[in-house]
Amino acid sequence: MSRNEIIFENVSVNFGEKQVLKDLNLTIKQGEVIGIMGASGIGKTTFAKVLLGLLKPSTGKVVGLENKKFSAVFQEDRLCEGFDAITNVKMVLPTDIGTEQVEKEFSKVHLTDYKGKSVSKLSGGMKRRVAIVRAVMRKSDVIILDEPLKGLDEILKEQVISYLKESLSGRTVILVTHDKSDLEALHAKLLFLS
Amino acid sequence: MKHLKKDVHKRYVSLLAIALWLILWQVASIVINSNILIASPIQVVTTIAKLIFEKSFWFSISSSFLKISLGFILAVVTGVLLSLGAYHNVFLKEFFTVAMRVIKSIPVASFVILALLWVRARNLSILISFLMVLPIIYTNVLKGVESADQELLEMAEVFHMSGFRKLKFIYLPAVMPYFVSACSVGLGFCWKSGIAAEVIGLPKNSIGEQLYEAKLYLMTKEMFAWTVVIIGISVVFEKLILLLIKKLNHALTKELLEK
Repeated sequence: MSRNEIIFENVSVNFGEKQVLKDLNLTIKQGEVIGIMGASGIGKTTFAKVLLGLLKPSTGKVVGLENKKFSAVFQEDRLCEGFDAITNVKMVLPTDIGTEQVEKEFSKVHLTDYKGKSVSKLSGGMKRRVAIVRAVMRKSDVIILDEPLKGLDEILKEQVISYLKESLSGRTVILVTHDKSDLEALHAKLLFLS
Repeated sequence: MKHLKKDVHKRYVSLLAIALWLILWQVASIVINSNILIASPIQVVTTIAKLIFEKSFWFSISSSFLKISLGFILAVVTGVLLSLGAYHNVFLKEFFTVAMRVIKSIPVASFVILALLWVRARNLSILISFLMVLPIIYTNVLKGVESADQELLEMAEVFHMSGFRKLKFIYLPAVMPYFVSACSVGLGFCWKSGIAAEVIGLPKNSIGEQLYEAKLYLMTKEMFAWTVVIIGISVVFEKLILLLIKKLNHALTKELLEK
C-alpha cells in the first residue's frame, strides 16, 4: 500500500436494518479523479461521509485517512447564511489569505454582485459557486464534490467545470453525480454503486 | 424609506397608547377621588420632582440598581457557563436541569424568607435576582447552543475550523436570538424579584425600604412615584443591556478572522 492511497476494506454501513453500503472494496490513489454514480438512495452520499470521517463504517475499515486534509462541496451548500460570501470562504482558510484572493477566485467562476450581501440573499446558483470556491481554496489532499453543478445553467456549468479542472490538478477528487457528462468533463474514473 | 415611515408610525401609535393609559389613570383618580387609594399621574410627577432633590432618593436608587445589576450579571455569566457544561455532558445537563426546574417552581417569597437565613438583608436582592434570572439564561442558552446547525458543524469539522471560528460563525448566530430574549425576560424578572426581596428584607437605603415606608405611612403618592421610578430604571436598564449585547455581537461578527 502506498502512503497516499485510501483503501476501503469490506466497508458496510447500516442504518438500523437498512444496509446502505455492502462490502465495498476500493483503492483510491493520490491524484485520481473518481466519479460515483448510482440510483438515488444507493449510498453515494453515505460513501462521501465515510470518506470524510463523518460516518463510521458498521463493518470493515477505511485505511489512509490519517494526516489527510479534506475539503468538500456538500449536497446542500452548508454556508453560514448570516455572513457574506467572502467571509464564508475566508472562515475555512488561513488568516494570511486576503479578500482580494477570494475575489479573484470568485471572478473565475463569474460570481458578481455578491458584495455587502449575506449569502441568504444570493440565488441558488451563486451560493453553489461560493461553496465550490470555498472547497477549492482550502488546500486539501482530497476534495469531495457532491453534485457540485446542481442548480447551475449550461453556460455556468461549463465555466465551473473549467475552473475545477484548472484548480484541482494533483488533488484526489471524488465526484458524486447523477450526470454522466459531468464525469466525462472532469475525466473521472467511474465507480457505479448498485 | 418605507421602513423609516413604518418605524415613525409605530412610535406614534405606542405614544398614543401610553397617552391613552395616562388619561384613563387620571380619570380613574378623579372618579375614585381618594388620595389614599390612588394617586393621579400629575401628583406622581410632582412627587418625583420633589424626590429627585433628596439625597436618600439617589442613595436608594444607586444601591438597589448596583445590587440587582450584580445579581443579573452573575446569573448571566453562571447561566452561560452551566449551559455550555450541560451541552457537552449529558450527566451535567440532567443535573443542572433538575436544579433549574426546582428554582423555577419555588415562589419568590419562599426564596426570600429562606435566603434571609443565609445572607444579610443588604445582599438579599443580589441573591434573589441571581436565582430568578439563572434558570431563564441557562434554559435559553442551552436551547440556542443545541439549535446550532448540525450540517454546518459537520462542515466545520471537515474544514478543521478552529474552536473560535466555530463559536463565532456557527454557535453565536444560533445562540444570540435565544440569549437576547432570555436577557429581555430576565431583566424584567430581576427587577421585580429584587425589589420584592428588598421589601421583605428591608435593607437600608434601598428602593424596597422606601416603598415599604411609603406603604406603612399610607403615602400613596410616594408609593406610586417609587413604582414609576422602578419601571423607568428597569426599562432604561433593559435598553442599555440589549444595546450592549447588540454592539458586542456586531463587534464579534464584524471583526473578521483575526483568530
